[in-house]
Amino acid sequence: MPSQESEPGPESVQPATEASLVERARQGDPTAFNELVNRYERKIYRMARNITQNDEDAEDILQDSFLKAFTHLDSFQGQSKFYTWLVRIAVNESLMRLRKRKSDRTVSLDENIETDEEPIVREIAVWDDNPELRYSQGELRGILDQAIAGLKPIFRTVFLLRDVEELSTEETAEALGLTVAAVKSRLLRARLQLREKLTRIFRRKGDQIFGYV
Amino acid sequence: MVTCKDFLRELSDYLDESVDPAVRQELERHITQCPNCWVICDTTKKTIQVYKGMEPEPLSDEIHAKLIQLVEKHCSQKHEHEA
Repeated sequence: MPSQESEPGPESVQPATEASLVERARQGDPTAFNELVNRYERKIYRMARNITQNDEDAEDILQDSFLKAFTHLDSFQGQSKFYTWLVRIAVNESLMRLRKRKSDRTVSLDENIETDEEPIVREIAVWDDNPELRYSQGELRGILDQAIAGLKPIFRTVFLLRDVEELSTEETAEALGLTVAAVKSRLLRARLQLREKLTRIFRRKGDQIFGYV
Repeated sequence: MVTCKDFLRELSDYLDESVDPAVRQELERHITQCPNCWVICDTTKKTIQVYKGMEPEPLSDEIHAKLIQLVEKHCSQKHEHEA
């Protein structure tokens, strides 16, 4: 009997591509909807929670985003990935809720950030080798979430889309209605601020934090 | 001659491998000579890696079940509407 590795299995055992799931969902196949939910629900919930910093909002955003996406599936052009489109819907929902809850100006993504201002680095220290291995998954998740929560929403959102959800710079710009230059500038600041926060936790024991650039 | 400020400005593009080869070479020359920028570059790279490597937490059964229920309801309504 041939081994599974040497013989390609029947098509039904291969994971369905996103495009074929979307096509089947368009035809009204309920298993396709469920499969799309199972694939992306955790990431969408995580993103919504990270942007809003609120569990209840994240749950509402999760539901609203999938329902909106499925309701408007016919208008989805298929030029971008379904996932990117879903993320865009979820980001808009998240920012809307954030604005509703706070009348904080920092929530505005259109805020004219001083893009010409030089980035500053205050704390420089070598990290331990694989510092993340010192922590359990739960502890590490807590550390990373807390660091993200300390960023302004404008930086947080760009970082989440680019470095956590791994959208391209152009996709991030499109999703947030920003220019590519604005995305790059905010991403740099977000990365440097997170690096600084994590340096305080992950630096090599015994080493002093030094330097100022 | 690349200064530390020049290096910082280009850091994101350098890590995303989206700088011209000539600029890349200049930046790499700078970090071999500047320990501070080397550390900043290394720890920023690790910051990105640690976030990328973090799997999202599984949803609670309750949140998942509610979502599936809503999606199923939506599907059946759409189906009735189109029938």
